[in-house]
Amino acid sequence: MNNLEKYTKVFTETFEIPEEEVQSLKYQDIKAWDSVGHMGLVAKLEEAFDIMMETDDIIDLSSFEKGKEILAKYDVEIK
Amino acid sequence: MMWKLNKFKNNTAVITESGQKITYEELDAHCQSLTDKIGRRCLVFNLCRNETASLAGYTGFLNAKIVPLMLKADLDKDLLKSFIITYKPDYLHVPSDMAAAFTDSREIYKNLGYSLIKTPYNNEFELHDELALLLTTSGSTGSPKLVRQSYKNIEANTKSIVKYLNIEETERAITTLPMNYTYGISIINTHLMTGACLILTEKGLMQKEFWQQLKENKATSFGGVPYTYEMLERLRFFRMDLPSLKYLTQAGGKLSPDLHEKFAKWAIENDKKFIVMYGQTEATARMAYLPCEKSLEKYGSMGIAIPGGKFSLIDENGEEITTPETVGELVYEGDNVTLGYAQCGDDLKKGDERGGRLVTGDMAKFDKDGFFYIAGRKKRFLKIYGNRVNLDETERLIKSNFKDIDCACTGIDDKMDIFITNPLYKEIVLKFISAKTGINHNAFTVNIISEIPKNEAGKTLYKELELSYV
Repeated sequence: MNNLEKYTKVFTETFEIPEEEVQSLKYQDIKAWDSVGHMGLVAKLEEAFDIMMETDDIIDLSSFEKGKEILAKYDVEIK
Repeated sequence: MMWKLNKFKNNTAVITESGQKITYEELDAHCQSLTDKIGRRCLVFNLCRNETASLAGYTGFLNAKIVPLMLKADLDKDLLKSFIITYKPDYLHVPSDMAAAFTDSREIYKNLGYSLIKTPYNNEFELHDELALLLTTSGSTGSPKLVRQSYKNIEANTKSIVKYLNIEETERAITTLPMNYTYGISIINTHLMTGACLILTEKGLMQKEFWQQLKENKATSFGGVPYTYEMLERLRFFRMDLPSLKYLTQAGGKLSPDLHEKFAKWAIENDKKFIVMYGQTEATARMAYLPCEKSLEKYGSMGIAIPGGKFSLIDENGEEITTPETVGELVYEGDNVTLGYAQCGDDLKKGDERGGRLVTGDMAKFDKDGFFYIAGRKKRFLKIYGNRVNLDETERLIKSNFKDIDCACTGIDDKMDIFITNPLYKEIVLKFISAKTGINHNAFTVNIISEIPKNEAGKTLYKELELSYV
C-alpha cells in the first residue's frame, strides 16, 4: 500500500464513508467529522505514519487536502 | 426582572465569531424588540446555537416572563416534531435557514439571523407562575421528559456560582458548551448577572478559529466536560501559551482521577485555577465544587456543597450515613433544587414537587475532611460527551424503528454497548443511532447476541447481558 492509499484508508475507516466521498471532505461536512471524529482521525494518522503531530497542525487539519500538506511537514509525502 | 441588563449599559455583553462587540444596552434592545412581538406569557421553543440571537432569545424570554424550552438547533427533525406535538409551543425562535421547514406556521419577526415563528397554538397549556425555563433530560433521544426550573432556582444558583467562582465584571468566558445544556447556561447566567462578557462561538476545540478567538479576545475562562479535557490533553494543552486564561471549570460527568491530577498540577504550576464541579439539570446546574486550593490534594473528588446548599448521604432504608468512606445515595438541599419534571403539556401547571430536596440518583461517599466522591449511579443513563443519554430511551428508539429486532443497551460513560439480535442490522443500527442522537458513532458499539436475557416478567437482565458478553 502506498502513502496515498494508506492516507485515504484512514479517512474512510474513521468516518465510515466510501472513497469517492473522501477527496473533497472538510471538517464538519459530515456528522462523523466532529471534534470526536477529529481526535480519532489524528490518532489514526499518527499511528499509520508513525508521527507525533504538533497542536497547530492538529487544529489546522481542516480537510482531506489540507492534511496532505500537513503530513508533508513530517516528511510524509502523500502520493 | 431576571437580568438587569441596563445596569451594565456600556459593558460588552457579547463578542461574536466575527469579532463584533455587542454592549449590554444593545443586547437589551435586541431582547425587547423580540419579546415585544410576543407580548404575553406563553411557551416558546428556543433552538440554540452559540450566537447572539439565541442568547437574546434566552435572556429576553426570561425577562419578559415568557417560558423557553431550550433545544439544540440541529436536533433531529422527527424528535423536534414530537416535542412540538407534546408541548404545543406558541412560538418557535429558530435560525432563519430553518424557518421554511415549518409549513403550518408563519414568520413574524427576523433579527440577527434568527426568525420568530408563530405556530397554530395559543396558550394550549397553563403555565405555573413560578415556571421560568424548561430543559431536556435526555434530549438527544427525544425523551419528552423536561426539567422545570423556576425564577428563584436560577437566581439562587447563579448567585452561588458567582460567589464561589468569584466572577467579576472583567471576566470573558468563551463558549465550549451548547446553550441548551445546563452547564452552558450556567456560564451564561453568571456572566449576565455580573455584567461580564461572553465570547460566543460555534467553533470547537479542534478548530484553529476557536483558539484564534480565545487569544484575540483574551478569554479568561472556559468550561469543559470530561471529554473536553481528554481532547485538551491530546492537543498538548499543557504546552500552550495562553496568558489571558485565568481559570478552567469541569463538570458534566466524572473526570478520570488521572486527568484531574494533571490539570490540577498544570494550574498550580502556571498560576491558573482548575475547578472541578458537580451538578444536575434537576438542581438548576451546580451542587458542588472543589475549591481550587484543594484541587491537587483532593483530586478525584467533586468537592463540597456550593454556598447555600447542603449534602447528605442515605442508605437503602433512607437513614442518614454519618461515617466517612461509606457509599450511599447523595441527597442535596438548596434553593436551586428545581420544581420537578414535566412529561406532558398538562404538567406545566404543576408547582414545586420537591420542596428544595433532591435525591440525586448518584452514589457517593465522603472522606474524613468532608469532601465528596462519586462512586456510581443508580439510574439507567450514561453521560456521553457530557450529555445524559437514557439507556431505556435509546432501546425504545431502536425498537420502534426496527420492528423485527430485540435490543438492550448498557455501557459506561462515553461508551455505549448496544446489543441486538439480528446480525444483518449491525451497521444500520449504528448509523441510525448516531444520526438520531447527533452523537459521533465512536461512542457506540453494536454487539450481536442470539437472545436478550430476560426474567419471567420479561424484564431485561442487564447484569447477565454484560456477563454473557465478557
